[in-house]
Amino acid sequence: MTTDAIPNLSAFDDNSLDRAFVALKQQAGDEAASLTTPDSVEAFRLGWLGRKQGRLNEVSSRWLKAAPPEAKKALGQRFNDLKKHVEDLLAAAEGAGPNDAALAAEAVDITLPGSRRLTGAEHPITRTLNEIVSVFAALGYSVGVGPEVETDFYNFESMNFPPGHPARDTQDTLVIANQERRPLRDRLLLRTHTSPVQMRTMEQQPPPVRIVIPGKVHRNEADDATHSSTFHQVEGLCVDTNITFSDLKGTLDHAMKALFGSSVKTRFFPSFFPFTEPSADVQISCIFCGGKGCRKCKHSGWIELLGCGMVDPAVFAFAAEKQPAYDPKKISGFAFGMGVERIAMMKYGVSDIGQFFAGDMRFLGQFA
Amino acid sequence: MKILTKWLRSYLSDFAVSDAQLAEDLTLRGIAVEGVYDLGPGNGSLFEMDITTNRVDAMNHYGIAREAAAIYGIELKPLDVALPEFRPSAKPFSVAIQAEDVCGRFTARVLRGITIGQSRDWFPGAEIATYFGLLEQKKISSAVDATNFAWLAMGQPTHAFDLDKIEGGIIVRRARKGENLKTLDGLERTLDPEDLIIADHAKPLGLAGVMGGWDTMITSATTNVLVEAAWFEPMAVRRTARRHGLHTDASHRFERGADFNAAPVASALVSRILLANGGWLEGNLVDVRVAAVESRAVRRPPVHLALSEVHRILGKTENEEGITAATVENFLTALGCQCTPAQAAGPAWNVVLPSWRLDIEREIDLIEEVARVYGYNRFANTLPVFGEGVKSLPLAESESAVRLTLLAAGFHEAIASTFCSAAEAALTAPQPGLVVPLGNPLSEEAGVLRPSLIPGILTMVAGNLHRDVSDVRLFVLGTAFSGTTERVEERPALAFAAVGTLPEQSALHSPRAIEFQDVKGVVEQVLSRFQTRTVYFDRFESDAGLTPAWLHPYRAARVVADGLTVGWFGQLHPNEAGARKLKEPVLLGELYLDRLCKLPLRKPSAREISRFQTVRRDFSLVLEKSVTWEMIDQSLTALAIPEIVEWRAREIFHDARLGAREYSLLLGVTFQASDRTLREEELQDFRAQIVSAVAKTGAHLRA
Repeated sequence: MTTDAIPNLSAFDDNSLDRAFVALKQQAGDEAASLTTPDSVEAFRLGWLGRKQGRLNEVSSRWLKAAPPEAKKALGQRFNDLKKHVEDLLAAAEGAGPNDAALAAEAVDITLPGSRRLTGAEHPITRTLNEIVSVFAALGYSVGVGPEVETDFYNFESMNFPPGHPARDTQDTLVIANQERRPLRDRLLLRTHTSPVQMRTMEQQPPPVRIVIPGKVHRNEADDATHSSTFHQVEGLCVDTNITFSDLKGTLDHAMKALFGSSVKTRFFPSFFPFTEPSADVQISCIFCGGKGCRKCKHSGWIELLGCGMVDPAVFAFAAEKQPAYDPKKISGFAFGMGVERIAMMKYGVSDIGQFFAGDMRFLGQFA
Repeated sequence: MKILTKWLRSYLSDFAVSDAQLAEDLTLRGIAVEGVYDLGPGNGSLFEMDITTNRVDAMNHYGIAREAAAIYGIELKPLDVALPEFRPSAKPFSVAIQAEDVCGRFTARVLRGITIGQSRDWFPGAEIATYFGLLEQKKISSAVDATNFAWLAMGQPTHAFDLDKIEGGIIVRRARKGENLKTLDGLERTLDPEDLIIADHAKPLGLAGVMGGWDTMITSATTNVLVEAAWFEPMAVRRTARRHGLHTDASHRFERGADFNAAPVASALVSRILLANGGWLEGNLVDVRVAAVESRAVRRPPVHLALSEVHRILGKTENEEGITAATVENFLTALGCQCTPAQAAGPAWNVVLPSWRLDIEREIDLIEEVARVYGYNRFANTLPVFGEGVKSLPLAESESAVRLTLLAAGFHEAIASTFCSAAEAALTAPQPGLVVPLGNPLSEEAGVLRPSLIPGILTMVAGNLHRDVSDVRLFVLGTAFSGTTERVEERPALAFAAVGTLPEQSALHSPRAIEFQDVKGVVEQVLSRFQTRTVYFDRFESDAGLTPAWLHPYRAARVVADGLTVGWFGQLHPNEAGARKLKEPVLLGELYLDRLCKLPLRKPSAREISRFQTVRRDFSLVLEKSVTWEMIDQSLTALAIPEIVEWRAREIFHDARLGAREYSLLLGVTFQASDRTLREEELQDFRAQIVSAVAKTGAHLRA
């Protein structure tokens, strides 16, 4: 910014005035050309138009006052002309903002990765479990839970497992220490399925019942890529008057479509569980190949996913001990159960079930 | 189990369905065909079967043929058991059942003039050479092969004795103490008084229902044969087999319940084959039955079945006509039931159950049979009508709020082992001694139920660090256990742990290590989700024994909300870190969700936001090291000036110029009035009050 003082004018003829004003215009133009920042624009404005030290003010006070009366008009015209010129320059500078060179100096590397505040990942089992539960919640099922340490009564006896059933063996079930001297039905063990919550719910509540039961269960089993001594199940129970096998089929067909996509087909075939009769295993058409057959479905086109059946009258008889409304002649119901790990492994392409329980940050981070 | 379709088809009339279709139809009816192998032209297929243990009746060719007959509504040919006329014997062969509680039936047939040799295709219906060849079943001798053939054909175990080695007659009894028996596998066995055995009048001959004896084995020199076919109590056979570590075809069947009526049939099948190579029958079949067992196993009372019950349980079919009375009768009759119409409002039957289907006992079992043979996939997909509201779990919302807070803070959710070692339990149990051991733990490291989630999360932290994952932020929501082996208490808990740097990733700023205040911040955020009157953090003298042993005594804090201890957090005790070979400081904590979630979730409520200007003033204070932030905080609270709307510690300096005993705190205070712009004089006055309030702690403004 020039700080040259405005010289005194010695001659006021037109030529002299022209020369003097052209020089000022030139000077203003040069200065305006180098304005890059808002600060410099403001300095330019103050330097030329400022009320106290502005150059135009000085021109007015020095030249206009000193001019002889006959030259005042010519000088006044040229002064107004200069003022407009400066104002135009200023308007242009203000409107244009910083020039390209100035902006270029502020360039950032947009290809550098964004700075991120990392969020945590919900566990894939929690995620899958919630997904399954919400499918059934939408069908009118409430959520039920029960203890992980159960009695033999709830885990086996009331689920119609006969006394010598192999599942009761300590080779299959993890048991709490020092139970041998207690009556069989009071013995404590780690529940091997979420089914005991069926009985606990029915004891608390007369029909109708519609519950879905997510939970952790344990078996005395050696861990390998597809088996874990700890795993999760979602169990469902629906009891009312006139609940039928075709209702069970329709409910699970709907649920599988909701979980795996509307093009998924289901098929049911006979199976055996102590607490249901008739019992069924449910397969869904392979979600990887659409049923054509692939490595994942062992070229069968089908994947076995859950077990289900109509609640066995013997189970209702146990419930009726506390809630007489569970009369198997008047009411009926179905139950189903599925392994959450298996579904999560399929959905997310996990090949080793052990990864769910290892807490490896690299594994878990994939689900963020 | 392996099944030949060629053999199977020999029991069916007019059966035109392909092997592949048969395999699928059987599978969808619970008789699972796991593999189908083409055996070449004229040989049919081999089915690899997987049959559930409740269907032992179908673990043979005739049993599966019966299923096929029921599915397709075709005729099942009766087994040909015609035998030549027997020659009279001087007296019937002697058979006595002494152990009547465990042997329900024993049949014996005497064959003389038998030639033992190689098996061949003896006659139509006894193509042993062909079938065994296709099954890759080893041929042993004509006698053993005949019993194996009967086993594969109809699932009834039989046994052939060298008659000349039997002294007197047969006695079915329990073994006597000190008796020995060399079994067919060549092992000399000491018998237990509980063992059920077949004996003659002098010695044990075999383990009943499990394995025959060596001494009465058929050899090439055998000419006279005794064919045994019997029925034994499942539990007795199971115990004997277990005791001797044996699992044979025979024990497999008897343990699961054999067909009481099958013994004479199997005996005839075996005898027909042996007689095909010469010889004759001596005397009629000796058939000793125990009436009490027979009435239990065979003469079961008929089961009532109503068509209305079939419909009530099974519901709608895809086919409009659905399941009719005729459908029910046809299916059940094909499976061997006898249906007699019963008095009822609608169609109903009294159903006599077949002796080979011990799994059928009740009406519901018959309904299942109807559904099974009809085909599960021919039922419609219907939905029940629901009119109820849906209830969620009382803790679900609180637990979800906690989970979301931890996720937002950059912690991954993990699922930890339910178990830990006794040593870990002793270290972390909130109530010492109340630790529950397992009776049959998976390993010593998993010997007890976890009393705390800390051992599990520590194991996972260590796992990550040992795999060179240096930034770890994990949390676990799960159950912690306490109590005794008589009574186990379960409570929900949250554990979290962090090692390494903050969950921020930037190419422009260097990462910062996670420190105590970071995890305290997480705890505060969790607590802020709940409606609390008072929350404070404290710790105890290191020698008071009140700080959990897993925490660094000077970097640990107890969390107290509304007067209840809701958890502990801090830095892992260096001893623990050392024991686990963890070099980096681990920050971790546990919150007792059972207590925390008793508090209601905080319900946000809006307040008027003042439109007047806020003013911030900073106070640079110098304090003794013993003066904590809490004291400054409380002195400002005590002022109770409504225009002081917020204050916080903006920065802490430990400046060498202040010496070792003092530190400096930059206190930032924000002023705002709801009804006016604050004037300078007012601000001056507030400022003076603040300075004088904090001065009571010994704090003074830095010069």
